[in-house]
Order: sequence, then C-alpha cells, then structure tokens
Amino acid sequence: MSKKKKSKYEGLQKRKAIAGYLFILPFILGFLAFMAKPFIQSIYMSFCKVNVGGGGFGYEFRGLANYIEAFTADVEFSRLLTEELGRMLINVLAIMVFSFFVSLLLNQQFSGRAFVRAVFFLPVILSSGAIIGVEYNNEMMAQMRDVIALNGGEPTITDAIKEILNVSGVGNSVFSVVFEIIDSIYDVVLASGIQIIIFLSGLQTISKSMYEAAAIEGCTSWESLWKITFPMISPLLVVNFIYTVVDFCMRTDNTVMEKIQTVMNELLNYGSASAMSWIYFGIVGAAIALISFILSKVVYYYD
Amino acid sequence: MTKAEAKMNKWKKFWARNKASEGYLFKKVAGDYAYRFVRILMLFGLCFLILQPIFNKISVSFMAEEDLYNPMVINFPEHFSAGNYEMAATFMGYGEALKNSFVISLTIAILQVAMCTLVGYGFARFNFPLKKLWFACVILTVVIPPQIIASPLILHFRFFDIFGLIEAVKGETLNLRGSVLPYYLMSAGCMGLKNGLYIYMTRQFFRNQPKELEEAAYVDGCGMLRTFFNIMLPDAKPIITSCFLFSFVWQWTDSFYSKLFLGDTKLLAVQVSRIGAQLDAYLKTQLNMPGGASIAYTNCIVSTGTLMVIIPLLVLYLFAQKGFVESLSNTGIKG
Repeated sequence: MSKKKKSKYEGLQKRKAIAGYLFILPFILGFLAFMAKPFIQSIYMSFCKVNVGGGGFGYEFRGLANYIEAFTADVEFSRLLTEELGRMLINVLAIMVFSFFVSLLLNQQFSGRAFVRAVFFLPVILSSGAIIGVEYNNEMMAQMRDVIALNGGEPTITDAIKEILNVSGVGNSVFSVVFEIIDSIYDVVLASGIQIIIFLSGLQTISKSMYEAAAIEGCTSWESLWKITFPMISPLLVVNFIYTVVDFCMRTDNTVMEKIQTVMNELLNYGSASAMSWIYFGIVGAAIALISFILSKVVYYYD
Repeated sequence: MTKAEAKMNKWKKFWARNKASEGYLFKKVAGDYAYRFVRILMLFGLCFLILQPIFNKISVSFMAEEDLYNPMVINFPEHFSAGNYEMAATFMGYGEALKNSFVISLTIAILQVAMCTLVGYGFARFNFPLKKLWFACVILTVVIPPQIIASPLILHFRFFDIFGLIEAVKGETLNLRGSVLPYYLMSAGCMGLKNGLYIYMTRQFFRNQPKELEEAAYVDGCGMLRTFFNIMLPDAKPIITSCFLFSFVWQWTDSFYSKLFLGDTKLLAVQVSRIGAQLDAYLKTQLNMPGGASIAYTNCIVSTGTLMVIIPLLVLYLFAQKGFVESLSNTGIKG
C-alpha cells in the first residue's frame, strides 16, 4: 500500500502535491482555526452552561438540558421555529419557480434586455444585509404599517379577492398559502437575483439545434419547454435550492436568528444560543440533505 | 410607387399568404404580438416593483417636513429641501462612516479575493492527497450559516490566544473584540462573508482554462508560483474583478459580520440601523419635543440615510454592471 502511494506521488508529482498544499494552505489554516474549532466548540457548548468571567470562560456540563429548555422553558422558540420553517418552505418554492420563469423571459431576445437584466440583478447588491434589515427591523416602520392598516378603510385588491374566495367555500388553507406568496412577492423578487443568473447561465449552454430539431418534428414551444429546457437545466435546481435555503438562513429578518442573537448578545447565554442554533441548523440541514438527495435522483445529467 | 402603395401591397401579400396557409399565418403573427405585449407588461411590472422603493426614497428624501403631512403631495415635493440629507449625515457621522466603510470594504475585498484566488487555483490544478476532503470543507463553509459558529468565535476573540503563548508572555489573554483584527484574520483564512463561494467560482474558472499553457511554462523552467502569477493570473482578470466586486458590495452592506467582529468601527451599514433611535433621542433631548419624532418623519430620515448608503453602490453598479452579471454566467456552474 505504502509503496503504491509512493509511486503515485513521486518526483514532479510530489513537488506538485506539495505546491498544491501550499496554495490551499490559507484555507486549511483558516478552516481549522475559524471553522472547525468553533464548530466543535459550539457542539460542546450546546451541552454546557458557559460561564464568562473576567479572565476566561469555563464550561459546566449539563447534558441535554439546553436542548430540552429550548423547547420547554423558552416561550417563543418553538413557535418561532415552526413559523420560520413554514415560511422558508413557501418562500423557497416561490423563489425557485419565479426565478425559473423570469430566467426564461430574460433569455429571449427583445429590445432593452440589458436594462431589464441589470434591474433584476440590482437586488443582489442592495438587499443583502443592512438595507433589508433597515426596512424590516425598524420598530417605527412596523408601527407605521399598523397605522396604515388601521386608517386605510378601503380594502386592498388582495383582500377583496380573499373575501370572495373565502365565501365561495373552497379550501381555506390552500388560499392562505397562495395569498402569503402574493403578499410577499416583493421579498421573492428581491431574493431571486442570484438564482436567476444561475438559471440564465444554464439556459445559455443549451444548444439551439435541439430546439430546431424538436420544432421540425412538430413540437410546440410549450412542449419543448418541458421536454428540453427543463431537463437540461434540472441539475441547477439542486444548486439553486441549496443556495436559496442558505441565503434564507442568513437573512437578517430571519426571526429564529434574531432570537438566537438576542439570547447570545443580551442574555449572554452562550450555551442555550448554541443549542438553539444547532436545533435550527439540524432541521434545515436534514431538509437540505433529503431534498437534494431526491432532486439528484430526478435530475437529468446531459454529459 | 409611393410609400402608402408599398404598404398596401405588403398587406395584400400578407392576406394572400394567410389565405394560402388557411389562416395559420395570421394566428401565428397575432399570437406573437400578444405574447410580446404580455411579456412587456410583466417585465415592466416587475422592474417597477424593484425600482419603486428606490424612486420613492429619492422623492421622500427631498421633502421638507410639512410635505410629509400634506396629503396633496405624493411624489413631487412642494418645498424642495436638502435638509434631510444634512440631518441623516449628522446622525450617521456620514463622513467618517463613509471613509471607514470604504477603507474596510476595499482592504477586506482585496485580501479575500487574493486568498480565494490562490486557494481556488490550488484546487483546480494540483493533485494532492485528501483533496476531495478539503474541497468538501469548502462546500461546508458555504452551507453552514455563520450564526452557528458565531458564539464560539466571539469567545475565541474575546479571550484570544495562540496555544497559550500570549498568556505566558503577558500574563493574560488578549481581548480582540471591538478591534478590526479578527475580521482581517478570518479573511486571510478565507473564512469571511461568502468566501467559499469565491473559492468555488475561481476554481471553476481555472478548471476551464487550457492546461497546455502551464505545461509549456513548466517545460521552459518556470516555477509553480511564477507560472501562477505571470501566466494564469493575467487571464483570470474577469473572474477576479467580479469576485472583487461581489466581495466589496457584500462587505459594504453586511451588518452581521460588521456587528460581530468590527465592533466599534463606525460603518455605514451599522450606523444606518441606528438612525431612527438617534433622531428620536435628538428631538426629545435637544429640541424639547416630548413626543419624539413622528413616524412619517422618522421614515423620511431613515430613507434618506439608506439612500446615502446605497448611492456609492449604485454608482459602482452603473459602471461595472457587466462585471457583476456576466461573471456568474461565464463560470459555468454545474449541479
């Protein structure tokens, strides 16, 4: 075994292997110091009570207590968690569908395309981090929305449609989901910049001759959308799905993350904060793994 | 033949062709136009949705306070004033914050991109043991939300030490919270904001470059580092530019890392979130208005502040739009 290994990395190969390690050395150091170590520490902390003193900090092992408390003792956490996960599910689906169709639109030839593309990509630059945070976190803004809702006597169009559909007696819960998406269309548009670009890059790699062949065989463009375009960019579904979920977790208006930040920075309860973030990340990670596994079975790899 | 006649002729021809095709041509052309119309409508609506908040902020930012309460004033201010900008600038400490934001975003972006390019090149071109494992680690850094490791990192930097060396020399650990050093250290280790993504992008780019270039360089006796700097790097300008732009812009608007690791440095992204409270306090204490700021007025000042934060980015985007949009489509991200 060792002899075989030796022959694989010898002479130039060995020098190249060393050079390769030197090239990625910054990453290895950074990963070990600022990712792996805190990562393991955070797992350990979630089982402990962390005492921060003047000269250092100590751990006091308490088993699963932090996890149990997160669900039982904390009033808000389980409610926030379920709400946030539900919101994530709906939003991720909406973002994927929206960005797919918008990228189809943007891939066509029309005048002013460059401008429209630039506008759609604008949110990537502006909405990350602070700007969205200001819009949503500001208490004043929330008050203002309430005032408007109280004073604005006339119902909005969505309200009116909601009324009509609710009266008609068709499944209430289905509509409430639909309306939630419609109400948050602004969020969806803002969050789908990168996804649109990724889909666009996929669309541009599909060769035109496929569509031509299909058209000659009598395929309508609707059919070729589902039989050619969709399978060809389906690998990107996985990429986009993961990106969207991760992006959603990192948003500043994510209530679970806000909660964790409060527990950590204001209550200085590092143990519980770690336990909460591990619960959240565990659920999200499991969902990512499961869905990407299913998606990767379904997607079609051309080459 | 006059122009009108030519037009008539064209129409006649069209109908004749339509007849010959048994109405198919007309249906197709009409459908085409209808589709175009719907498309324009949709795109216009969506663009408006994105741009409207910005336009709204611009129009509000020039209004004097009385305009805000005047129901007749909707988009165009009656009393044109630049006072809001002055107000927001004082609350944010605009000059200082702008300078800090610029310096930090620039240096961090340069550091991150330099490191990520090196690492990306290492992953793309060299074979070494455990390569797959390390690359899985890169993916891991993309996927794991930084909030998870935030609390240990804070403690790590609060009581900073390298294998107990500092404590042995100085008698106590260093408190790095509040200084900018932690974030520079993290950036040097490719652990900054979305750095895994940059590594992935540069790796994807270098993998698509032809291998022959480097081989020729090696044969001619060029070392590996020199090959990288003199031969591969000049070709990688587009990907480096776009990584740099992303890094700069995301650093500029980031408040999560800034709040955690840049502590006391006044940055635009952090300052802007405090405007509302500061305005309220200012009105209450300085101007003796017990009610504090009205909702509309706070909104106005916050909008102005936000606008002042994003204006540099908008200018950058106007000039470097191509660098942002085309980069990602060129890297050929595959699932």
